[in-house]
Amino acid sequence: MAERYSSFNSGGRMWLLQRVTAAFLLVVLAFHFFLLHFVHHADEVTLAASSARMEQLSYYSLMVLFLVTATFHGVNGVYNALVNQGLTGTKRTVVKWTLVAASVVLLFQGIRTANAWAGGFPLL
Amino acid sequence: MSQSYNRGLIEDFSRWREFEAGMWAWIFHKFTGWVLIGYLFTHIAVLSTAIPAADGATMMFQGSQTDVFTGTIVSLEGLLLVRLLEVGLLAVAVFHMLNGTRLLLVDLGVGLEAQDKSFYASLILTGAITVASVPTFIAGAF
Repeated sequence: MAERYSSFNSGGRMWLLQRVTAAFLLVVLAFHFFLLHFVHHADEVTLAASSARMEQLSYYSLMVLFLVTATFHGVNGVYNALVNQGLTGTKRTVVKWTLVAASVVLLFQGIRTANAWAGGFPLL
Repeated sequence: MSQSYNRGLIEDFSRWREFEAGMWAWIFHKFTGWVLIGYLFTHIAVLSTAIPAADGATMMFQGSQTDVFTGTIVSLEGLLLVRLLEVGLLAVAVFHMLNGTRLLLVDLGVGLEAQDKSFYASLILTGAITVASVPTFIAGAF
């Protein structure tokens, strides 16, 4: 059997979540780039077109899940990179909670923006 | 069993001559990851102009009143620098995705013995996809 090689402590819950979100993001990020750069072009963006997409519950849910998974994957990745570089003790705790706070702000603002497009949470 | 691997400090800059494919893949993955999380915060900040726009806020754009979201995005997309940065973002995202796939496969026990070749394949594919996307990303910028 091949020897395991990873920068994480394998087997942990966060280790698994980092990989599950990676697999999800691979698909959704490719879809996001394809839809908003190749199907539609970035210089043709309008509030009305973005709203029309976000008013669909399926698209809204996908984008909110995309935001949540990307935030987790990115922030957890930064945290792991810093721990890998030797961050320990009080500094590690301060960095951890700063990253948690930044994530909460990002999610709050992202969902506010999604709701502004959708005119509130889309029920249909 | 998992094991830790002492990579030493990448800040010891002169060490770069000793690096093999796996170390470069590790460095590029970290670098592209930092760029992508930085971009996510910027992306949400710019897209947040949809909040005042939905409440009716407008701006002068190309001689007429336009909602602030559409005006902001189309103004930014009109800048060649932004278009070039978007090509860079695509390259960064594609490399992170391809190398991430490589890492997922290695974690699943697939391809460890060919990890250097799969890194070179990630680099070549990133280059090819980026170059092929340039016309789409630059269209209308001139």
